[in-house]
Amino acid sequence: MLGKKRVECGAFRRQGHFVEVIQLLISGVSQGCVYGLIALGFVLIYKATEMVNFAQGDIMMIGAFIAFTFINLLGWPFVWGFLAALAVMALLGAVTERLLLRPMIGEPHFAVLMLTIGLGFVLRTVAGERWGSEPKTLDLPWGSAVWRFGEVTVGGDDLAVVGGTLALCALLYLFFRFTRLGIAMQAASQNQLAAFYVGIPVKRVFGLVWALAAVLAACAGVLAPGGVIDPNIGFIGIKAFAAAIVGGLGSLPGAILGGLLVGLSEQFAGRYLWPGFSDVSAYVLLLAMLMIRPEGLFAAMQQKKV
Amino acid sequence: MTSSLLALRNIETYYGPIMAIRGVSMTVREGQIVSLLGANGAGKTTVLKTISGAMEPQKGVVEYQGEAIQARDPDWVARRGIGHVPEGREVFPFLTVEENLRMGAYSRRDGEIDADIEQVYGYFPVLKGFGRQPAQVLSGGQQQMLAIGRALMLRPDLMLLDEPSLGLSPRLVHEIAEIIVRLNQERNVTMLLVEQNAKMALDIGDYGYVMENGRIVMEDTCERLRNAPDIQEFYLGMKDEGVRGRRRWKQRKTWR
Repeated sequence: MLGKKRVECGAFRRQGHFVEVIQLLISGVSQGCVYGLIALGFVLIYKATEMVNFAQGDIMMIGAFIAFTFINLLGWPFVWGFLAALAVMALLGAVTERLLLRPMIGEPHFAVLMLTIGLGFVLRTVAGERWGSEPKTLDLPWGSAVWRFGEVTVGGDDLAVVGGTLALCALLYLFFRFTRLGIAMQAASQNQLAAFYVGIPVKRVFGLVWALAAVLAACAGVLAPGGVIDPNIGFIGIKAFAAAIVGGLGSLPGAILGGLLVGLSEQFAGRYLWPGFSDVSAYVLLLAMLMIRPEGLFAAMQQKKV
Repeated sequence: MTSSLLALRNIETYYGPIMAIRGVSMTVREGQIVSLLGANGAGKTTVLKTISGAMEPQKGVVEYQGEAIQARDPDWVARRGIGHVPEGREVFPFLTVEENLRMGAYSRRDGEIDADIEQVYGYFPVLKGFGRQPAQVLSGGQQQMLAIGRALMLRPDLMLLDEPSLGLSPRLVHEIAEIIVRLNQERNVTMLLVEQNAKMALDIGDYGYVMENGRIVMEDTCERLRNAPDIQEFYLGMKDEGVRGRRRWKQRKTWR
């Protein structure tokens, strides 16, 4: 997709430099939203349980395949298929926490880390077995719709992912700001012992945090521009992890902002730097951030606010 | 004498291989303020953690309202009506004062939560002005008040107070002590008070236990403990000067 755009842009080189930048911005933002949504899952789980879930990208992949099953294979209408996939993913997230992570409470961090990496491998293999390893295309209602504004083109998938991310951010804000459960999640992440002592069922809350992270990942998987899925798309989870660190691994707005930065740097590096830089740009950004401001963009402003 | 609300029978609790509680038995009767004294590392906090379920005893029974509650999750214990105010003002720093209080009532579904928040503000008027600010802006004493108020939101029958006077000025210690007595009398909350400030704990307590090295070494009414020579010497800092301004070897006592 990127290569095609580059050729297109090349044709406009003389008059269309401005157009090209706008075009890169659009694709950078839409890809960045995907990273941001996965990074939100990293941050939620890290803040609540102080574990890093390296299977987050693979959970996204599973979410996309489950949506694929409902929508493409079973032929459900998109909205119902999507919602059903989210429900299944919420259940899967909570069950994963209950069966795999809860017994690990009190174990060293690297053990939990290895567990989540292993979980990622298992999910990838299962998906390959179940759905096959060749790429599939989700039937999305926006399909390959494209709008033209002058010389700038905006895809339906770009609008969907940006709109979806905005909506999810608003929902998350309302959830954490105003609901009892949302505030209890913050309480449990700010002071676990005190949360226990006031009667918050902390273990159940952690299960719900995992469910929420899995739902966000599934949204990312379905809304990702292009709509092409295969068992290996979960690897972008590592870029999303870089985005979470850039944002400050403890801040939800930071996760989205980090995702956008990674998405944009990827697009611009792919266009203006040597070949191959688009893939490493996320990590260059990560290294630069760790050197200049190791606590991340948002850490100082709101240290542990969910 | 009223019936016992909480009874520990021969509790033994370990931190890994280290035995922190070596067979503690104690009784807290309904309506009492029971003080638990002891030096650093005597195991007082561990006793409270064992009661509230944060730690699991290797041996022994914790009986609350006639039911064995040891080795349950702390949130379950809290819902049974035991409000634990942990050591060191463990508030939720980034939640507002009011959200902190609301979290205290997390397990409640009745419609009287707002009224109870007002009641907590009645006990601690200083908190009211901070209602919409994050708890981290409160001073140490205010955070302690918030932690106590938050535990009150459970409508507890029993409160476990872990060193509420820690790091507070004498005036604030006095204020907190008064509130504890008021809560005990007005709302009939039974108190188990862990303190290093022995004077305060013995002044407001009905019954007292003294711990050393994980064991109860003395128990009596606070009245009598106040007058016991050992307590006066080791915990209240009163001692008779010897003839040469120095105590003799034979008078040294330890319960080891």
